[in-house]
Amino acid sequence: MKRVAYLAVGVIFGIVMSKAEIVSWYRIYEMFRFESFHMYGVIGSAVILGMIAVQLIKKKEGKTIKGEQINFSDKNKSIPRYLIGGTLFGLGWAMTGACPGPMFVLLGQGVASIGIVIISAVFGTFLYGAFRNKLPH
Amino acid sequence: MSWIYEPWPWYVAGPMITGVMLLLIYAGKSFGVSANLRSMCSIAGAGRWVDFFNFDWKKQSWNLLFIVGGAIGGFIAVNYLTPHESVAISESTQAALQELGVENPGSTFLPDKIFGAEALSSFEGWIFLIVGGLLIGFGTRYAGGCTSGHAISGLSNLQLPSLIAVVGFFIGGLIMTHLILPFIL
Repeated sequence: MKRVAYLAVGVIFGIVMSKAEIVSWYRIYEMFRFESFHMYGVIGSAVILGMIAVQLIKKKEGKTIKGEQINFSDKNKSIPRYLIGGTLFGLGWAMTGACPGPMFVLLGQGVASIGIVIISAVFGTFLYGAFRNKLPH
Repeated sequence: MSWIYEPWPWYVAGPMITGVMLLLIYAGKSFGVSANLRSMCSIAGAGRWVDFFNFDWKKQSWNLLFIVGGAIGGFIAVNYLTPHESVAISESTQAALQELGVENPGSTFLPDKIFGAEALSSFEGWIFLIVGGLLIGFGTRYAGGCTSGHAISGLSNLQLPSLIAVVGFFIGGLIMTHLILPFIL
């Protein structure tokens, strides 16, 4: 697919994240207090539709735009890496109200301070790379 | 067309996120944003010190374009599609935040107390954002994905590892929201 197409899909993503307030720190805080259905509706409906679509693609042996068979790779089995890594990410998510997608959307919105979060998130990824051999996986 | 200027409900946003994931699958890619953080490390030259970053990030350049698009989308949405930037969070959430000293909760997308000029002029404000970012970057790569890669793509493909990761997201999020934020906000 042409480069501009990825840019265009990203634009849709950025608009949805903004218009549905998924980029809002308040919505994440509210979600973790179970005081609104909004975020659960967003993630829940995306996942349920996604499950149906992925099952259909598998059953009908769906093809990509280039005509290649669509393959879904299974994730490696483990508990510690997903549970510990997930918990650390959850701590940061509830703190800044941003996950890796929305932080770039917020930057585009002109929120300068999110730049600090982005730079330290890149550095956090570097730290993982540096210490990954010493971590349980 | 006036609906476009109102906040979009969950039943519009959720299916559109599925649509974004399917478009990427149709292109032969997968929806997972945090991989970009690893690419950025590689571009910055991290491969010289850590082998984990010696990979062909150019194969992921489509994903970098995707987040550039995301930033453009954010710019368009906030400048042309959002006349009133306020978030209608529930009254109980507002009350809880006021108790923590957050003024006018929900009047803008983000609390000034964390992201505003005042936060940036204090040492604690910087530490808050830096620690948050470090946890996101470290945790997401350790877990092998973030909300897009695990919660959306992984759960859609019925992956047990992704469910474990999402349980982790919630353990961390609940601990932060209920046990830590009240002391550091």
